[in-house]
Amino acid sequence: MAYKRQIDRLPIPPKDAKVHNVTCHYCIVGCGYKAYTWPRNKQGTLTENAFGINLGEQQAADGTWIAPSMYNIVRQDGKDVHLAVVPDKDCVVNSGLGSVRGARMAEARPSYVTGTQQQRLSDPMMWRNGVWQPTSWDDALDLVARVTARVVTQGSEDDLVVSMFDHGGSAGGYENTWATGKLYFESMKVKNCRIHNRPAYNSEVHSTRDMGVDELNYAYKDYEITDTIFMIGANSLETQTNLFLNHMVPGMRNGACFVSVDPRRTVTINAAEEVAGKENVLHLAINEGTDMVLFNALFTHIVDNGWVDKDFIANSTFQGGEATPLDDGHPAGLGSLDYALDACRTSLADAAEICGVSEADIAKAAEWIAKPKDDGSRRTCVTAYEKGIIWGNDNYRTIGALVNIGLATGNIGREGGGVCRLGGHQEGYYRPSDAHVGRPAEYVDQLLIRGGGKIHHVWACDHHKTTLNASEFKRVHKRRADMVKEAMDYAAGGTREQLVDAIVGAVNGGGLFVVDVDIIHSQIGHNAHVILPACEANEMNLTSMNGERRLRLSEKYMDPYGNSRPDCLIAAGVAQNMERVLREMGNEAYADQFKGYDWQTEEDAFMDGYNKGNPEVTYERLRAMGNNGVQEPVSGYADGKLIGTERLYTDGQFTRHGREDKKALFCAAKWRGWQAAGKAREKETHKYWINNVRANIFWQNQFLDQDIDFIQDRFPYPFIEMNEEDMAEEGIAAGDLIEISNGNGATQGMAYPTDTAKRGHVAMVFGSPAGSQGNVVSPGVNELVLPDYKHTWGNIRKIANATPRVKAVSFKSKEYRSA
Amino acid sequence: MSRCNKMVDLGRRHFLRGGAIAAAGAATATVLPAEQARAASGSALLDYPANRLGNVADLAVNEPVDITYPDEDSPGILLKIGHAVEGGVGPDGDIVAYSVLCPHKGWLMSYRADDKSLNCPGHFSRFDCEAGGQQIWGHATQNVPQFTLSVDDKGDIYAEGASDLIFGRPSNVL
Ligand code: SF4
Ligand code: FES
Repeated sequence: MAYKRQIDRLPIPPKDAKVHNVTCHYCIVGCGYKAYTWPRNKQGTLTENAFGINLGEQQAADGTWIAPSMYNIVRQDGKDVHLAVVPDKDCVVNSGLGSVRGARMAEARPSYVTGTQQQRLSDPMMWRNGVWQPTSWDDALDLVARVTARVVTQGSEDDLVVSMFDHGGSAGGYENTWATGKLYFESMKVKNCRIHNRPAYNSEVHSTRDMGVDELNYAYKDYEITDTIFMIGANSLETQTNLFLNHMVPGMRNGACFVSVDPRRTVTINAAEEVAGKENVLHLAINEGTDMVLFNALFTHIVDNGWVDKDFIANSTFQGGEATPLDDGHPAGLGSLDYALDACRTSLADAAEICGVSEADIAKAAEWIAKPKDDGSRRTCVTAYEKGIIWGNDNYRTIGALVNIGLATGNIGREGGGVCRLGGHQEGYYRPSDAHVGRPAEYVDQLLIRGGGKIHHVWACDHHKTTLNASEFKRVHKRRADMVKEAMDYAAGGTREQLVDAIVGAVNGGGLFVVDVDIIHSQIGHNAHVILPACEANEMNLTSMNGERRLRLSEKYMDPYGNSRPDCLIAAGVAQNMERVLREMGNEAYADQFKGYDWQTEEDAFMDGYNKGNPEVTYERLRAMGNNGVQEPVSGYADGKLIGTERLYTDGQFTRHGREDKKALFCAAKWRGWQAAGKAREKETHKYWINNVRANIFWQNQFLDQDIDFIQDRFPYPFIEMNEEDMAEEGIAAGDLIEISNGNGATQGMAYPTDTAKRGHVAMVFGSPAGSQGNVVSPGVNELVLPDYKHTWGNIRKIANATPRVKAVSFKSKEYRSA
Repeated sequence: MSRCNKMVDLGRRHFLRGGAIAAAGAATATVLPAEQARAASGSALLDYPANRLGNVADLAVNEPVDITYPDEDSPGILLKIGHAVEGGVGPDGDIVAYSVLCPHKGWLMSYRADDKSLNCPGHFSRFDCEAGGQQIWGHATQNVPQFTLSVDDKGDIYAEGASDLIFGRPSNVL
């Protein structure tokens, strides 16, 4: 039986409710919301209310409505208040649309009154006497600093391994990336670090940057005026929901055609067919991992037909052959169009053979992307890509091959153009230089597995759910962390000095001391010795930018849960304790490096970091810019407004690579089959391709969703979409628990019969707490340590009949069709 | 605003396409006396009207009937699924009723008989009429409101409650 909320009325926000600007802190799109808060004992009426409309009438479609998920009771300045977080009609990003993620922001708040999110961490905890005991900040930070200071001074900063988010939204944002960056890249020079979703500290899109093209270069409105939307390895209706609904759908209604490259038919393709008509949608369901071949054939066909932008190529791209040779840091050479085409040249016939789609369809895609219109005018095309190729085969060359097409057709820096990644989280990166990390960066997961590193600081990352080679990573991480737990247990009752000695002894003997900063007790947090509770956006002020570089201040409207703190102030606390402890140790010079963290608020961290590089931008000015904010880079301030940049490269000067000539480079993306070690063999020896996919209903690895009944009722186990004939062959019925295994490990989920799934293809939702797809992903990466999560092959067997919870779940097609 | 109005019009047109039974159902379903709303203010629970939606004998399997509940501004369907489902009433335990205002942004949904689902043209959400209105896929943050039904000795079907808040209202009973 479906989950019933059994709610049939909600309090009405009064006219004088406080109103706060909120940018949804989940996906990259960054939809605008308004948060209304008002005292517990007050309410509006049907006619006198914060919305200024007659709520006694049934509201029309698209009208204002507070869904139960948009309501909660939270603590503000120490008092319980009503909260309603409602999509903002006046925000140009979403025009009043919410999504199944963002419209649950209020419900996903911790509440002492309604009992939501009681999984949130309220106090620092320390491993003591065999369990995690709550303790004070001073106590917890003291231990973190003492162990860290001892280890890095006895050995080196290379003994400290750091996993840290680099994104906006949630607990990221400019405040928190700055503070963690300052701690590890300025006060220290930590090089053994990694980012939340990949096993090294590196870009996900090196090649486009090396070619001079920043990966977020357009404006969302470009979708509304373009001739063609070319989407690769992305499922935007699910993962950038309101970008699709509020910008791509209007674009298709204005006549844009839609090309999708994805081995799997998605709800995005289905919706595009509904909106644009099947005749205006082309789905290139290529063989997995062959994107580069397709792009090279498109590039070749476009150039050979002369559908290029000659002036753009002459004025804005490099002319002299090779500019950057292939080397350890560059998995492909870069240079002029001709230079690149030599390596990329691919016939339609060869591409059809390798990609498994028809020559005619490839030619048609090339026409839709680049063929001038009948009147001779140029065609515009927005190219949008995401994890399908970012987490795909041969990341560097594949993305380079795609950007080649955008450059050849002059579709970057123009209205209705852009070659952009779609993005996952919002962005909010502002840190001191990471140059010391090096390129290629250290493969941190492997370093830990080899026994490297002695301390692991983890900031809002749950590798147990989201890394590759996760089975092995979890085994080793636990074994090493348990060595320290045991040492701490033996030191019970001793002094702080004795405890530190015991921990240091254990890490010198192969153990790992783990500090976990998070909002919940995560799976990797189970290996932690100190757990530090952080808070999220809106429990603090937080600035981020979205996928069109739109910067907003999302305002604080409630207190951090319990004694949790903003990450930036936790980083400051670590730094201050490091300084104190190092002085005690007599290491004055090193202690001095930890000065400069006397921040009282997140705004202080913002001023210390982002504002120093962007002096026009302050909280006050951002607040005044409201939910529409300003598109970065900010170039000035006039008439009470920040002046932004609608799209990049309108002057045809390409700068992302830092070249003085400001010319964009093409990528010599030569196809070499399966790039990452072991992939070809894995494919040959297993029956099913295990695609790693996302679903709109979950945010990220479900860290909050795992505690929301509406969500867990729908998918009590991670879904594994599977062809029905394959299921029959394996003796699997809908909802049965199945196991996927290969040489890397095993994982489990529930079979979801899917009529559009090809034989031999299964699609498992990523990052689930109840079955990590990463368990079966091999450690194979590219030269720059970019993982290929998307290409995993395994065998499947049934392990249990559908459980009673699963029996209540719908297994119908996810595809909308008009009746 | 013009967009919203257009949607309402579109909605009403869809809604009025219902058959003769729907009209009969609607005609008997529009008793919402003001006294009930007043009475509600003294109780912990909302007082729902008990409205007759139709009779068991009038229902054919998989042929939904347009209804309104708890008042005429809140369209829904009454449906005989064909096999017993949770929350189903009647001799076969298979009669259910749902709101057809999508709990995402309130567009009017239509019923697809081939897989017994409600489908929203607004942004492509889908709900399963055989699984208590569970959202199969979509943007809504709740399942579609299911109306609580009872059947009397004569086979008359009454709605007397709802499982979830209906789109576009702060209270199911306005
Ligand atoms: S589309 Fe993304 S930003 Fe917008 S409400 Fe949904 S999760 Fe939030
Ligand atoms: S109104 Fe139904 S999906 Fe948006």
